[in-house]
Amino acid sequence: MSNSASKTPHAWLAEHGDYLYRFSLARLRDPHLAEDAVQETLLAAIQSQSYAGQSAPRTWLTGILKHKIIDIMRRQMREQPLQQEDDLPTEPGLEDFFDETGHWADRPQAWGSPDDELEQKQFLIILQECMERLPVKLASLFILREVHEDDNDEICKELNISPTNAWVMLYRARMGLRKCIELHWLGR
Amino acid sequence: MITCKQASQLLSQSLDRQLSWRERLILRFHLLLCDACKRFARQIVLLGNTVKQVFQKIEQDEHLQLPQEARERITAAVESHST
Repeated sequence: MSNSASKTPHAWLAEHGDYLYRFSLARLRDPHLAEDAVQETLLAAIQSQSYAGQSAPRTWLTGILKHKIIDIMRRQMREQPLQQEDDLPTEPGLEDFFDETGHWADRPQAWGSPDDELEQKQFLIILQECMERLPVKLASLFILREVHEDDNDEICKELNISPTNAWVMLYRARMGLRKCIELHWLGR
Repeated sequence: MITCKQASQLLSQSLDRQLSWRERLILRFHLLLCDACKRFARQIVLLGNTVKQVFQKIEQDEHLQLPQEARERITAAVESHST
């Protein structure tokens, strides 16, 4: 029993290493952080009580990986102090979306729907590139909310931030992403 | 009456929390009169839905692989913890 158990982490790395890396890279964007997350996951998996006889190793490992990714995201939140924001901030960048009377500086345009598969692919590429341009904290919020579909309370616990901070960052993420996509989609 | 700026904030928040009855009313009234914000509302919903596809693509892209150097480093770490 102990012989086969000691071979298992190597098998996991061989079978699931690439997938876990891609999963991490999509969320953390930094290859070194993604590699660290995979390593942390395998080490945690070895030490876990429940690793023997896992019937769906990839699902189980991905669950551990998600926690490691959130740990990394939470550390990144701490790296710069968040501003106190009960009002939405009037900071450079955000100010530019609206004029002083609260009207759109650049009105959202009609995007049309992608005509065919090629256009759909183009749209996804543009979305991915715009995601990569988002500041790290905003991207993390957006990913947890829109990809993982965690609710606001869960996100606040995961990242150790207030609900107001979460809403502000999600707002900034959506504003920035939308504008970036519009520029590139309409200009293609 | 709310501005487009306020409407955009409420629209974003409506995706993350329940708006109050009053907030929903003033937002709906604004959207009746404002095509720009109607568009904004549709677009941010689209973004949320579409980003999942982007991630699925990345997760399934077999060209994206753990670099060999990282694989070796991780193997060594795993070995030193397995004994």
